[in-house]
Amino acid sequence: MAFPQPKPQAPQLPQHLLRTIDCKQGAVRAVRFNADGNYVLSCGSDKSLKLWSVNRGTFLKTYSGHGYEVLDADGSYDNSQLCSCSSDKTVILWDVATGQVTRKLRGHAGKVNCVQFNEEATVILSGSIDGRVRCWDTRSRKFEPIQILDEARDSISSIKVAQHELLTGSVDGRVRRYDLRMGQLHVDFISSPITCVCFSQDGQCTLSSSLDSSVRLFDKSTGEMLGEYTGHKMKGYKLDCCLSSKDTHVLSCSEDGHVYCWDLVEGSLSLKLPVGKGVVQSLSFHPTETCLLTAMEGRVQVWGTEPEEEKDDAMT
Amino acid sequence: MASDSDNDEDFVTYGTPLEPLEEDEPLRKPIPLHEQTVKDEKGRYQRFHGAFTGGFSAGYFNTVGSKEGWTPSTFVSSRQQKAEKHRARPEDFMDDEDFSEHGIAPREITTSQEFSSSRRDEAAEKARAVGAQAALIPGDTLLEELIAPARLSIGVELLRRMGWKEGQGVGPRVKRKPRRQQTESGVKTYGCLLPPAGSEDSEDNYDEEFAPENVTFAPKDMTPVDFSPKPGVQGLGYHGLDPGLALLGRGADKHIDLFRPQSEMRTSLFGDTKISLKRGGVAGQAFGVGALEDEDEDVYHRDSMSKYDTVLGGEEPGDGLYGWTAPQQYTKKRERSKDTAYIGKILEGFTLAQKPPEGKTVFPPPILPSNYRPVHCFRPQVDVLRRSGVSPALAEALKSSRGHMMKEEPQQGGRHQLDSSQRRELLGEDSLKGPSSVMDLLRPEDRRRLLSMRNSSTQETCTPDPEDATHAASSVVTPPSTGLQQQHDALAAWKGVHTSLQTFKPFEKNPSKQARYELYLNRLRQGDKDSLEQSLDLTMTEWERSREREEFVRASILYRPTSSSLSSRFTRAKQQEDEDMVEVSRDEEGDVDDKQAAIKMKMFGKLTRETFEWHPDKLLCKRFNVPDPHPGSGVVGVPKVKRDKFSVFNFLTVTESREMAEPPKPPESGKKSRWDVSDQKKDKKKSDDSLSELLSTARNQTEIKPDRDSAPELPVSSHSNDPAVTPANKSEESAGVQSSDRKTDCDEEQKDEEEENRPPMDLFKAIFASSSDEKSSSSEAESDSEDEEKDGKEEEGKIESQAVDLLTITTSSSGDTSSLRTEVAVSSQMSVKEREEFGPKLPPPSFAISEYRGGTTSVCSPSKEEEVGKKSKEKKHKNRKHYKRKKDKKKKKPKKHKHKQQKKSKKEETHNSSEDSDEDDVPVLTDNLLKRLKNIQSHETW
Repeated sequence: MAFPQPKPQAPQLPQHLLRTIDCKQGAVRAVRFNADGNYVLSCGSDKSLKLWSVNRGTFLKTYSGHGYEVLDADGSYDNSQLCSCSSDKTVILWDVATGQVTRKLRGHAGKVNCVQFNEEATVILSGSIDGRVRCWDTRSRKFEPIQILDEARDSISSIKVAQHELLTGSVDGRVRRYDLRMGQLHVDFISSPITCVCFSQDGQCTLSSSLDSSVRLFDKSTGEMLGEYTGHKMKGYKLDCCLSSKDTHVLSCSEDGHVYCWDLVEGSLSLKLPVGKGVVQSLSFHPTETCLLTAMEGRVQVWGTEPEEEKDDAMT
Repeated sequence: MASDSDNDEDFVTYGTPLEPLEEDEPLRKPIPLHEQTVKDEKGRYQRFHGAFTGGFSAGYFNTVGSKEGWTPSTFVSSRQQKAEKHRARPEDFMDDEDFSEHGIAPREITTSQEFSSSRRDEAAEKARAVGAQAALIPGDTLLEELIAPARLSIGVELLRRMGWKEGQGVGPRVKRKPRRQQTESGVKTYGCLLPPAGSEDSEDNYDEEFAPENVTFAPKDMTPVDFSPKPGVQGLGYHGLDPGLALLGRGADKHIDLFRPQSEMRTSLFGDTKISLKRGGVAGQAFGVGALEDEDEDVYHRDSMSKYDTVLGGEEPGDGLYGWTAPQQYTKKRERSKDTAYIGKILEGFTLAQKPPEGKTVFPPPILPSNYRPVHCFRPQVDVLRRSGVSPALAEALKSSRGHMMKEEPQQGGRHQLDSSQRRELLGEDSLKGPSSVMDLLRPEDRRRLLSMRNSSTQETCTPDPEDATHAASSVVTPPSTGLQQQHDALAAWKGVHTSLQTFKPFEKNPSKQARYELYLNRLRQGDKDSLEQSLDLTMTEWERSREREEFVRASILYRPTSSSLSSRFTRAKQQEDEDMVEVSRDEEGDVDDKQAAIKMKMFGKLTRETFEWHPDKLLCKRFNVPDPHPGSGVVGVPKVKRDKFSVFNFLTVTESREMAEPPKPPESGKKSRWDVSDQKKDKKKSDDSLSELLSTARNQTEIKPDRDSAPELPVSSHSNDPAVTPANKSEESAGVQSSDRKTDCDEEQKDEEEENRPPMDLFKAIFASSSDEKSSSSEAESDSEDEEKDGKEEEGKIESQAVDLLTITTSSSGDTSSLRTEVAVSSQMSVKEREEFGPKLPPPSFAISEYRGGTTSVCSPSKEEEVGKKSKEKKHKNRKHYKRKKDKKKKKPKKHKHKQQKKSKKEETHNSSEDSDEDDVPVLTDNLLKRLKNIQSHETW
């Protein structure tokens, strides 16, 4: 048709359940896409880390070696390594293929809440309940961290890396952004304990969810608030939030068993995805496609835009 | 031929002989003309190249250099044979022909000099002798004469035979006159002049005397021209001084110091005034004639010493313009004015002043007393800090108010000597109330000590007050009981002081302590003797109490009530500096209250953002492929500043106080905002919108309300960090409801019940709030009204019990939790552990566990509800399978630790029980199950 479409096509939302994966590893503490979005890491409370295929929902490998529940995990850019952190105060660097522990990094004084590779997987950054972020060198054989960021006054709940910037959210109600290139530390006071922080895909904004049941979008450079997203319930648990792959929507877990999805610009609730009755503990958005992973209790659910034809049960 | 036959005959032949002709020899071809070239002995063509291009053989076959071209023959590049130092001789640059008979340096055998007939050449000797006179060392021919071989050349012998005698000239005999003329005109001297002295004159005189007409004389022997080469670097016509003549025969034995300018000897020798003798025969120009000099005609002019200044700087010629070599005409004018000599040449249009200006009268400096020492003595420093143990702040105040201390000795100097009170009197202002001097703030004996110290320096006597004397006496009497003494002092200081002023809050960071301290101060004001004991918290340990006692007493003495004048003069720092911190970050974080207020207005941005300098590790930068932002800085992280600790107690409580020092107590602030923010916001919106209002209200909210006993007139400016006091007061104040006590009381039950479904709250409470859970939860009640009812009593109790547990965990970093609960089943262990975490928690896995234990039916997502029925069977089956697997697992690892096995078995039990009946089960670990049940229920209600 010669006429332009009267309305631009609304961005797709992952509102259809594609499959449910019963991870059988206790409660799933965190669920993460790998770098290209083909695989899923699930961190179980039974000390195991499991690798799944997203498309088929098949179980691929278990990585066991933690002494307590696994709280977070991340995959390297080349899918050759994994890192995971646990309540046993350790961070483990895994070899994906063999499932062996490449390195077990001890040093945190408490359980390690979050872990993240840098872009080239040369550094592992881990934030712990002891209020410190430790930067571990994956290249060297030393077991001491390169640097310890001890500026936070309370537990580090979330950490993200984007290029030369580290973003940490802490229970002391501050989002700290360490700019390595500028050598500066920007502290944004939010006053409520931060549960999760995110960079936007373009790297210009930061998203932070806090325990006052609101998710806020900040301008990275000035610290001004661009948007506030409320309606969900996040009062006690460390739940995740994220941005969609195209930065069109803000998603957050909620304690009422839903995933809330807001339009980023308008701030209006565009989707309230019912996941279950429990608390949606963790979620992860596909890096490129419109695909969402949610973790509630022992299951991981995969959500997509289109309902899949053959709904084979993943619990084989 | 003759030549053939007379071969042995000694003919001297020139040229090359023709080759003998032979008859039978064929006629040879005549050499063509162009081939008839001249060659040298080496076969080289001889060509005339011209005088300047090397004459006949130039170079190598009419080329340059040698066969090797320009290669220097001296070049030796052998390892064994190093190049020696080659001294070039003239022969090196000569051709072979030059050495031949007709060359420029023939190498033929010749008569050597000493055997040549040129010896005993009188004339030459004479000439040489004459030359020697001019030489540097006169008479150096003597030695030559001595060793000369006595041998006459043939010419001399022939001459002698012809009647010639030595000393005569050669030639026909002549009459006197013409000869004389001849010699006059003929003898021309070149080069060196003959010395004026000599035998010539006398000879001439003799000749003149005896000159008969008819007698001929042999011609006078003439001195040949001396062709001896000119040595030295002097110019042409230079004569050295002949010392014999120059000194005129006298003082020859004396050493002449030519180089001492003003030596008396010199002046006596050359000075024109002193020496009346004939001027010495110093002749010759000093350096000859230079190329740039015009006076060519004067080459042979005899210079006289009189033309030279013999005294350096002795007499200045005329004006000082031309230096001491000035021309004569200037020296003529020297008589005109002596003063101009100093000034120099007077410019045109200027004349010298007739009257010289009066010279400045310079007074001599005063005569220093004999006992004067050129060292400045500063007035003795009053070391208040060390002597009396006064706080540095007070010492600072003392120092800055030195004027007060100087008031005692009346100094009526300029206005800078006046102190503030004197100035005030001059200005006619009202005097301020309160003690006018810092001295009044001091302890009496301190004051006395200060006074005596000053008096000792100024030799003044001061009678101490009787009151002071008693104090001093008491202090002398009881030196060991300093604590009691201090208490007494504190009492004396605070007694009867009724000031509604702001007093310094030393324990601002710890509001409860501050409240206790204020209570103590109040009692002090009322003159209560045992105020200290009463104001202390009885629930504290003995050690804590004693420590606090000491701190209070000390603080009360240090920060005794300040006078209005003092307090009006000094403003208090907004944020008390943390002296007790061992190491603080260089950039202090700003006021949190402002930020809180900004956040309430949702004004994120400048108000909430702070930027610090941060130094990443060099390796970290490398790993991130980022250049080091602060190259060369050794710091890593946020730059820290080291600060001194103030007292031992601070050091002891360093961790605690540090926590206190940090303005936002994270969990607390989190708690505050988490529970209260919405409420407060509502109130805020109701009340006001303006920023200032909001800020003030925010401030008020964070204010503490001090104890009931503490004076209400004290405006409390400290922000609250006390978890016990804050929320309740906050809610009260914000609501503006004073009579909410009853309400909160009745709310309390509700709140207690809420506790359990809010695990993180327990946590914070467990850690930070020990005394007043009710109060803090009272605010919660307002925020959340409807929640499920539960029997919270025992839950509460459990939380309380956990609180202790948690504290130990925090210190020992939760290492022993696992050991504590090894017997507990894993699932329940996790659920229990949930409650002990800091900050935001992980959701309980109980759902998951119960689910995969008992089936997913209950927790199925609504979107799949239609499949539930179908699935339930499956899942049951699966659960069984799962159970089997578990069993298998267990079988696989039979050699696990015992307690683990126990755990497993317990788990199985729970599994079994849950399988038996989905709803409830046989209590294996009743409390665990109870908890689990509660969890399930609470989650279901969400």
